[in-house]
Amino acid sequence: MKCNCWCFLAAAMKAAVLIQRWYRRYMARLEMRRRYTWNIFQSIEYAGEQDQLQVTLTPSCCNHSRTRVSSFSEASEKTCYKLIPVPESYTGPRLSFPLSVSDTDALLGAFKEQQTLHARYVLQLLYETKRLLKQMPNIIHLSTSYTNEITICDLNKHALLSDLIITLSISRLAALQNGLPSAETPYVFNGDFVDRGKKSIEVVSLLFAYLLLYPDYMHLNRGNHEDHIMNLRYGFTKEVMQKYKTHGREILQLFQDVFSLLPIATVIDGKILIVHGGISDQTDLDFLSSIDRHKVSGKQEALCTLLTANINTAQPPLLLPPPPPPHCPRPPLRSALLELHRASRLARARLLPACLTLSMSSKCLTWTLCPRFPLLHLRNTTGNGNRSGVDPAPRSVVDILWSDPKTQEGCSPNTFRGGGCYFGPDVTRRLLLQHGLQLLIRSHECKQEGYELCHGGQVITIFSASNYYEEGSNRGAYIKVGRELVPRFYQYQVSRTTRKLTLTQRVRAAEGTALKALKEKLFTHRSELLSGLQQYDQNNTGCVSLSEWAQAFESVLRLDLPWRTLRPHLARLAPDGSVDYQSLLSLVKENISLVVTQKLADTLFRYRTDIEIIFNIIDKDHSGLISIEEFRHTWRLFSAHLGVDIDDRAIDDLARSIDFNKDGSIDFTEFLEAFRVVHKLNNKEQQLNGKTAGGK
Amino acid sequence: MTENKQSGESIVPDLHKKIKAAFKSFDYESNNNVDVREIGTIIYSLGCFPTQADLHDIIAEVEEDHTGCIPLDKFLPAMTKVLLEHKFPPIPEDLLLQAFEVLDKQKKGYLEPEELTKHMTEEGELFTQEEMEEMLTALADHKNNYVYYKDLISQLTIDPDL
Repeated sequence: MKCNCWCFLAAAMKAAVLIQRWYRRYMARLEMRRRYTWNIFQSIEYAGEQDQLQVTLTPSCCNHSRTRVSSFSEASEKTCYKLIPVPESYTGPRLSFPLSVSDTDALLGAFKEQQTLHARYVLQLLYETKRLLKQMPNIIHLSTSYTNEITICDLNKHALLSDLIITLSISRLAALQNGLPSAETPYVFNGDFVDRGKKSIEVVSLLFAYLLLYPDYMHLNRGNHEDHIMNLRYGFTKEVMQKYKTHGREILQLFQDVFSLLPIATVIDGKILIVHGGISDQTDLDFLSSIDRHKVSGKQEALCTLLTANINTAQPPLLLPPPPPPHCPRPPLRSALLELHRASRLARARLLPACLTLSMSSKCLTWTLCPRFPLLHLRNTTGNGNRSGVDPAPRSVVDILWSDPKTQEGCSPNTFRGGGCYFGPDVTRRLLLQHGLQLLIRSHECKQEGYELCHGGQVITIFSASNYYEEGSNRGAYIKVGRELVPRFYQYQVSRTTRKLTLTQRVRAAEGTALKALKEKLFTHRSELLSGLQQYDQNNTGCVSLSEWAQAFESVLRLDLPWRTLRPHLARLAPDGSVDYQSLLSLVKENISLVVTQKLADTLFRYRTDIEIIFNIIDKDHSGLISIEEFRHTWRLFSAHLGVDIDDRAIDDLARSIDFNKDGSIDFTEFLEAFRVVHKLNNKEQQLNGKTAGGK
Repeated sequence: MTENKQSGESIVPDLHKKIKAAFKSFDYESNNNVDVREIGTIIYSLGCFPTQADLHDIIAEVEEDHTGCIPLDKFLPAMTKVLLEHKFPPIPEDLLLQAFEVLDKQKKGYLEPEELTKHMTEEGELFTQEEMEEMLTALADHKNNYVYYKDLISQLTIDPDL
């Protein structure tokens, strides 16, 4: 008996060790997958920001649109909303100004019920907000002596996919027992209130409502998304136009005014500086306090890059198309030279052609090419930027809204973002010393744990949107600061379901989404990938070694990802253990409902978002329609710059075929919808099913 | 296990790439150093099944003198050796099944949460409270909380990398 017991105990211990070992290994694998998933999301997002045509308006154009704004006198703006009737049938909240708690409660309740605020109230809300903001300085100074602890968060609502947020960010914070903004719970919201996700209007309306209600306890910093070019690109413009068909344009105009009037920084007790992005070696708070912030567009000097990965020789002078027919008079287009420079600063040595700027006069477009990164040429890596000829005010605001901290010392242009800088610990130290500060709190970057310290604890990045990329992808955090000025972090992760998801489920879900995004990216680059792979496969066997496969992917896509580890999701193995790279093609399927050539289709898939931005810019009255002539003209320029050889006839056929009503105008939303990618069944599942149990 | 020198040479660069990629995921400062507490995760993710004792041995070999950091240039050769020698092979499914069956004295086909908890937190290389909770959340049936180990094993041991 005793012997049996003893034997069992020994066996049980061995068994326990085995199971523990196995389980720990399983959890580690899960953690690794979580990290890879994270890397995928980040790589694609940053690569996307580099790939895209970051369009900017030249200063003359900015002034142009600005004068259009100020031509609206105060009086006419006021009567604007008063003239809008609110029908009896409207069941949403009816706001009365000055706002009271019952108004903000009504808004909160209404938005939870998926209601939309009537245009009249939106306009009135914006008008009142604009009036209030005009009285505020560029930098807000707060004191903890008069308030309870201040909560600092960044309402980055971004979501790569369809909106996962069911209740709104603000009420989520309330649900987390921090409380809604009030005298007891003062807040600083650190920018990026709009874009991505489908509830930007609701969130920002609530923010403005609380601002009006508690101007002493509610503080908003401007973020880089409080800018009309960003709104065009990332969806806020579209959301407004879709929800407010009649008054969308006026609403958008007022939003832009309000955004440009948002303060750019907040300082607590003269010790803690809060900005959305970061700083540069040129940042001077006294200078920033003195400028006219509403005259500065958020991304005025941010420059754009047209990336074409395969171009490595200078192209001959580009002759732009002849001027269009007289019904749309425009100044003659200048021919220009496309310069190619090697990007020495970029770690991945991308080849960047000349940057493209759009300048607009009345309803017409002129394209001008300018030397790449003219402003960046003025700034060398030691930071002795020669600023002559460059208006410093916009640049200093761009730095505040766009910069990112880095571990290396010094200050260099932020080539990822196309604006602002990378600032090192020495830059932080210098600024804090110069102004007697002890801490910089900023947002602008998503962090897996919701917050991150750097520069020896002098910089805190706070990111309050949990599940930024996907359910379970990251936690959110906010900071509370009291009189002792020591930040306390509150982390959270909101799950859509009430039942707690296991880590496995969360990782699997996030991984699935990341892989989907990655596959789409692969698809849009498949011709380059295939030619890259074929270089290793001269005999056309359709297979290459794992090492060659990874090599090809690394060099073509230039995404810093663990390709060997990801291989099982992206390609099948041949019986001899080599990688069947043709299986790449079965990952996603095109779904095109127009008749186009393969090449055109590829281009349209890859540059879909850029084309959309350009359409949106041409379509000044946001009607969703552009004339066929404008379509042709834009397309020709676009394809010329991309080096895609598409003949005029193909474009004309395309134009005619998408002019569904035959009325000479194109609904470009329909056009873009015609190109979509459909995902095939996850072939990993198929692989696993076929695998034998002993094959480890 | 003896390794053919030639095949060893041709796969080493690939192994290096794999090890570096895993290492980089935890190299937050981008200075080729990781926190020693992450090493377990990295080694596991590279396909190895070391025990805690094994991990301690490796750490002792590669840790940079009580800094709590492990530099890549020490980790790389050590880990390459581990992989080439297949030092910590995976646990075969049938052995794992036997292990569970040992613990399941009454041969019920499942383990009750209390049973599993007792063994995991009192024997072998003890689980922490946190680990135990996560394991139960992950593996237990959410209706009756039993751990049906037979189903779990096939589900959870598939590893496409290996």
